[in-house]
Formats: sequence, structure tokens, C-alpha cells
Amino acid sequence: MSEFDTAIVAVEAALAAGARYADARVMHRRYESMSARNGEIRELMQDEDAGLGVRALVGSGWGFFAVPDVGDAAARAAGTRAAEIATASGRVPGPAADLVRLPVRSGSWANDCAVDPLEVPLSVKGDLLVGATGLAHDQGADLAEGTYQIWDTRKWFASSEGHRIDQHIRECGGGISATAIGEDETQRRSYPSYRGQYGTRGWELVDELDLGGHAARIADEARALLTAPQCPAAETTLILGDEQMALQIHESVGHAIELDRILGWEAAYAGTSWLDLTRLGNLTYGSELMNIVIDPRVPGALGSFGFDDEGTPAAPRYAVQNGQWVGVLAGRDSAMMAGLDYAGSVRSDGWARLPMVRMTNVGLEPGPHSMDEMIAQTRDGVFMDMNRSWSIDDRRLNFQFGCEVGYEVKDGRLGRMLRNPTYTGIGPRFWQSMDMLSSTVVPWGTPNCGKGQPSQVGHTGHPTPAARFRNVRIGVRG
Amino acid sequence: MNGDVLSMVLDQLPAGSEAEVVMTREELALTRFANSHIHQNVADIAVTVRLRLHLDGRTATGSTTLVGPDGLRQLAERTVAAVRLSPPDPGWPGLAPPRELSGTGTVDDAVARATPDDRASLVASFVDGAGGLTTAGYCRTRYTTVTFANSAGQSAASAGTEAVLDGIARLGGADGAARRSGASMSDLDGAVLGARAAAKARAGAEPVELPPGRYQVVLEPTAVHDVLRCLSIYGFGGRAVNERRSFARVGEAQLDPALSIVDDATAPGAVGPPFDVEGTPKRRIELVSAGVTSAVAHDRRTAAEVGGQSTGHAVADDYAGPIPLNLRLQRADGDNAAVPSEVDGPVADSEVADLVAGVDRGVLVTDHWYTRVLDPRTLVMTGLTRNGVWLIEDGKPVAPVRNMRFTQSYPEALRPGAVLGTGRHGVTLSSSYESSSLVVPALRLASWNFTGGASG
Repeated sequence: MSEFDTAIVAVEAALAAGARYADARVMHRRYESMSARNGEIRELMQDEDAGLGVRALVGSGWGFFAVPDVGDAAARAAGTRAAEIATASGRVPGPAADLVRLPVRSGSWANDCAVDPLEVPLSVKGDLLVGATGLAHDQGADLAEGTYQIWDTRKWFASSEGHRIDQHIRECGGGISATAIGEDETQRRSYPSYRGQYGTRGWELVDELDLGGHAARIADEARALLTAPQCPAAETTLILGDEQMALQIHESVGHAIELDRILGWEAAYAGTSWLDLTRLGNLTYGSELMNIVIDPRVPGALGSFGFDDEGTPAAPRYAVQNGQWVGVLAGRDSAMMAGLDYAGSVRSDGWARLPMVRMTNVGLEPGPHSMDEMIAQTRDGVFMDMNRSWSIDDRRLNFQFGCEVGYEVKDGRLGRMLRNPTYTGIGPRFWQSMDMLSSTVVPWGTPNCGKGQPSQVGHTGHPTPAARFRNVRIGVRG
Repeated sequence: MNGDVLSMVLDQLPAGSEAEVVMTREELALTRFANSHIHQNVADIAVTVRLRLHLDGRTATGSTTLVGPDGLRQLAERTVAAVRLSPPDPGWPGLAPPRELSGTGTVDDAVARATPDDRASLVASFVDGAGGLTTAGYCRTRYTTVTFANSAGQSAASAGTEAVLDGIARLGGADGAARRSGASMSDLDGAVLGARAAAKARAGAEPVELPPGRYQVVLEPTAVHDVLRCLSIYGFGGRAVNERRSFARVGEAQLDPALSIVDDATAPGAVGPPFDVEGTPKRRIELVSAGVTSAVAHDRRTAAEVGGQSTGHAVADDYAGPIPLNLRLQRADGDNAAVPSEVDGPVADSEVADLVAGVDRGVLVTDHWYTRVLDPRTLVMTGLTRNGVWLIEDGKPVAPVRNMRFTQSYPEALRPGAVLGTGRHGVTLSSSYESSSLVVPALRLASWNFTGGASG
């Protein structure tokens, strides 16, 4: 029996048990990670999982059931259980639920992958991490850490409407960090990003990073941070590097434009959104330089796919255009509830989890400036980069983010290194203060986006340039 | 059957292997509600076999959900192939020796057999208890069996249940929260929790904005849960301590003498197996004794690094190192037996009301949200309040307050002399992130650093 056959058996069982719509995903995933500390391998992990998840709609109640078994009998039982759970949802009923109508699709998709990361010898991968962390440790890092992760996912999707879609998505990435430990605090520098860079690419992504070539530098910088002056408390001009901008977009735009949050479906946990649907198309989110695009087609970016987990093909859409809020991340049921005619942003982190609204690639289009111009045109400010901490309220409005490193900007030049740089703000005020935007975009990947109950980990992409913001409060401390 | 699976894996490994195998089977069901109706309703069965292998001085770990003969054979072959190609592991601490367990877990049949209708009934009682306010939250049941064996002869098995009801009530932009967890279905009372959440929401209308600054605070158990969880994750693990990333310094009086912190996975009703993923039996450890940091949690590797013994706190994800997951924050004087009663108004119960009564001017906090560490060494955290904040004057909550951001060192907030009151009743609360169960009372603290309002 093929994986499609298994999914179809589950769908048909759900329909037979009373569902008016059902879909099923058979998924098979291989995962590999390795971590090293101070020149020694600390953990090598290789996981394999496979299973089936079925979603059923009975009346206006949803149900989902998943099993780690892709046999015929298990699939049939899972479809029936999903419908039974959906029926129980009707005991605390809500408004009518339905799916926005979209063309039924069949197809296959796989991302480009020049070097299969699972075929690269473990000794090569291990040598890379041992070498880079050993070098950083020798250079003075008290704690030099390195890691890579690889996901190889195949999935087969079938629905009662007739979808038949299979995808093969290979993702990988990695990074290193150097931590210097002082008497009263620790300082960390990472490369190329906090937790590393990830994408829907093969091992060529990791090769291009040249982890070993940056190990000594980050060790030096981590030690230097221990004695660098504190970032001052001030309201000033802030230039953010592209890595920190990815975090800024993820937290204060990406989550805010998730339609399930806007509708209150995440109110008790992830939270809601400051955005009100009645203002869609009529609300200033940021300055005219702000153009946020939802685009799951970006080659190599971590949030890329051919079809989302409801079978909607990948397509670009503006979320913010010339500073105006114009779009959301939606699924078929949330779009129907909101009166929208598009979906395409629903994913699950495995066969055992319910597909839900997730970011894909949510990026900021480039601007007309260079980093050199942004610094040269800043008389008094601070440049910050590389995320160290992040916290934002449940409406995605009030944020406080910390970076690994800051530098004074005085009279158009970079000055002293600053330690413990933090900045805080209110989303729309902050974005409206953006007055310069770099022309160079980096497609940062975030492999650790948490959402949902039970908890799910999402992979998102954030192509973004560096940017400058005015009148930002910096230097918040405990 | 589980034992057969473990043997099937161990039998396929080459001579000289040091190996441990853990099989976990979990039935997880979660009924989620928002806008006062069930909108997501899920269940799954997950079976995972994890193999950690040390051979010829090298170590590798693998896992699979494919637990048939082919899947297990492939797991063994894959892990053997991986270990042969891995770099040396000079810090390998060896396997746990055979030792007896002090328990086999806590199972409540009502949780193990809970149906979608049972969870819907609890949700309905929460929604009804909120008296017409908009509600959101979830009910979760979990039944887990864990079987362990290693090639040194240690074997262990446990079964456990957990049930959680967690929700908010909403009114005019004000949210109120109530939650409870335990090993038994009878630990949960949807009507009481719904009414408590609604009382908070009703008392939260038209909040005022407080200027940033240091305030005396009463943290309800739901907020203290976050404090204790962060102390656990960043402070009391052997790896963080060995690497000097932790605030914890054994032997020093770091917290107020009114407080003790105990980790005990063997206590009645504790959630989780009474042994860790290395097969070491967990034992009760007192991490803080009357304010003095007295121990940290170790796995075999971190214990070996300091010449100590594992305390049974190894976790599957080795990256962060050992973490205590069954913590209890309690009064050092042992007076921990009170059972609070429901009260009117925004405070969670009579214990919180007693702590509030001692405050001339301060802030009552229901919940923390999105707390993140700024520096692990000092454990300075930033986060926000959520689900109900009130200004306290002359011993009473007098006005709801808009959510505020704080930037605060948690150990500093609990330093000697800073704890002005400790509840006698510990409330059991679970985490949405890891499988933990923490028991926490309410606390009255001398100072908490609020660094901004949620609106700016």
C-alpha cells in the first residue's frame, strides 16, 4: 500500500464516521544533529519517525488523531477516532466552521539540494565542529559550542476534496558560539547567527558559512565584551544588523499577522494581536520603507515549500505595503471565518501535530541604502546585532530585545564596543520610525518558532536587510 | 512487550557495547477552547525507542518511532554505524549500575481512560463557571509508560498520568487566568477555575497605568511557577553550574532563609518516571535549605566532572544538561499544610489575600509572560505581567493595572531579607514546554523592578 493509499484510507474512514471533510498526512522524517563543546563532540543524535495524522470536520467541530503506524488497519482506526473527537468538540459548540474554497491540487515538490546533508560523512561534520570549537576555546572562549541540524522530511497529503500532494523537504544549517565567563556575568558571540543559519538547502549551506574562519574572532569579541562599557540608557538612533532584524520581523510582525491570533484562537497561550481585522487595508504599520512580503517560494529560505499542509500552493503576498497593513498569514478555516479569499500558511511540525497557521518566509524588502551610508549618516546612535534575548507581550506590541554586541556610532563612524545592548519599543511606533533600509538582504532562518498546544516547533524564514530607526529607548537593565 | 523491544535492540549490538535503551509510549490528548467553544481537539499515540550507544570510546544516540523488527534493526544498525564514525568521547561516564527504584509512578485510571467527552465536560464546566464571559484555554490528559534497560543490567519501568485544566476569562480587554494540574482527574474542578478566572477578569476593567519603578509585589502561584522554572532551567542544573553559567554557588546563603527548594520525583502524585533516561533512580534532593544553596542536579556526565554521583536528572536532550523537573518551593519552617479557600475579588485564594493584607503599597501579579534570560550568571530576566495585575494599597487590591514589563534578577528578588511572606499551600502546576510539575506557593517580595508599561 502506498503512502497515498494509507492517507486515503484514513480520510475515507473519517467520512464514514460522519465527517463532512477530512484530510490526512503520512510523514516520514529523518533528523540528525551533532553538538560540540571546546573541541570535543558532546552529542550525536539520529532520529527517524513516521506516522499518520488525520483531521476531520464534523458539523462545526474539528478533531485530529495521529498514530505512529502507517498500516491499513491503523489508518482506518485513526480516521474513525478523528471523527469521534470532532463529534465531541460539538459538546461546546461555536459558530459555523468551513473552509474557504480553493482549487483542488495534485502535485509533487522538492527543494534544491546540491549536497545531501545526510550523505556527508559524520567524520567530516564532526571534524568541522571539533575544529571550530577547539579554535574558539584555544582563543580564549571559556565555552565554545557548535552545532548542526539536518531534517529530511517526506510527506504525502490527501483530502476528501481530492488533494494528492507529496513533498520532499531537506533542511539543514549550523553555527558556533563563544562564551566568556566573568565573575558577575557571561558574554556570548555567535556566528553566523544565534543558534546558526538554516535553510531549505543541502550541506553546501554549512560549507559556505566557513565556521572555522570565524571561530577566533568571536572568541576575541566575547572576551572583549566582558570589559566593554555598558550600553548606555538613552533614547537614540538605532541601527540593527540584518540578523537582529530577522528576530524583529519574526516577533513584532510575523506573529502579529497570524490570523488565528487575530481571531482569538490563541488567546489563552500564544496570545492575540494588536491588529484588528476591521483595519486591514486601512492601518499604518510602519514607515513607507516598510514592505513585508509573505513568500514561501524563496529559494533556499527555511520557510519555503511547494504546498502548505492544507494543500494550498505556495504564493507570495504582501502583508505590509508602503507601510500599510494589507495581508495576513491564513489557513482555510481562519480565512473563511475572517471573510478572506486566500490561505496557504498552515503547517504542522510532524505527523502527530495538528496543522495550524504558521509563518512561512516573512521578509522585509530591501531599501535604497548601504550599511556604510546608514552609519555615515548617523551623528549619534548605537549599532546592535545578533540576538541574545527576546520578549514581547501577548498582543505583539511591547517588545524588549537584547543583542550580543553593540557599537557606539558617533559622527558617522563606528566607535567603542558596548556590552549588554538592549532596546525596547511599541511595534507600530518602532516601525514608523524606520528611516533607512539597506539594499542587501540575507535570508535568515529560524528553526525554533514555538506555538500551539501541544507545543509545535516551526521553521520560518526571514529575508531581511539591516535598518535604521529613530528615537528608540535603549539600555534597559535590571 | 516493552521488555522484548528493549532486548531486541540490545541483542543486535556488537560485543563490547555499552548501551541504554528507553521506550516511551505516550497517549496525549488535548482539548483546546477559544471564544468559549472547542476549536482544536487532538489526540495522538506516540511510541519512541531511544538508543544511546558507547563503543570503542565513541558515543552516538538514535531514536525511532518504527518499533517493528525492521525499524528496531535499522535503529541498531544506524547507531552502530554512527558511533564508528564519531569522534572520541573522552568524557563518557559509563552506564548506570543496577539499582532498585523507589516507585513506579502514579496512575489515575480516570486520566488513563479519559475520553474526548470527559475533556469536553471539563471544558464545559470551566466555560459555565465563567458566567458568560468569553473563555479560552485547554484541558490535557496524558498517560505515559516508560521502560528502560541497559547493558550493565539496570532495568526500570514506570507508568504515570497527568491532567491539566488551564484557562482564561475575558471581559472588555481584561483577562483573568486560573489553572491547575495533577496526576488525577479529581485534581481539576472546572467550575471553580472558571469562576476564579472570571472574577479576575471582572476586577480588571478600566486598568490604570503605573509608572515604572521598584514595587513590593505579591506573586500568585501562577507567577511564582515561572520564577521557579527559570531557577531550575538556568540555575540548578549540573552543567550550568560546572560551566559557571549559573548563579548557584553551593554552600552560600543566596536566597531568603524562609525558603527551601526540594526536587522529588518520588513524592506521591509526582509527574514523570522515578528514574531518568540513563536509568538512574531519582531521589529527593534539597537544592536550597533555608536559603542556603545546598545541591545541584546531576546526570552521570556532569557528576563525573566534579567527582560526584548522579542525582537521576539526565534528560533526553543532552544539550542543556540535567534539569530538576519536580521542584517544590516551600517554607523552610515546614509549615506547608494549609488549604486555602476561595475568596471574592481578584485574588486567587485566601492565602494570597493574607499576603496582600500585609502590603501597604505594591502590586499583585497573577501571571508572567514571555520571560527570557538576559544573563544566566545573574539570572536577570525580562518579561511581562499577564492575566491580571492590581495596585495594592493598605492591604487591599484597589485598582487594576495595565500589564507591565519587568527586568529583574530572580535570585536577587529572593535574596536574604527580600521575602516578606510565603504561602503555606503549594499549588501543582505544569509547564507548556517541558514535562515538568512544579509545586509553588504565593510569595510576597520586597522589590520587583518594573521597567515599562505594556503600552510604552
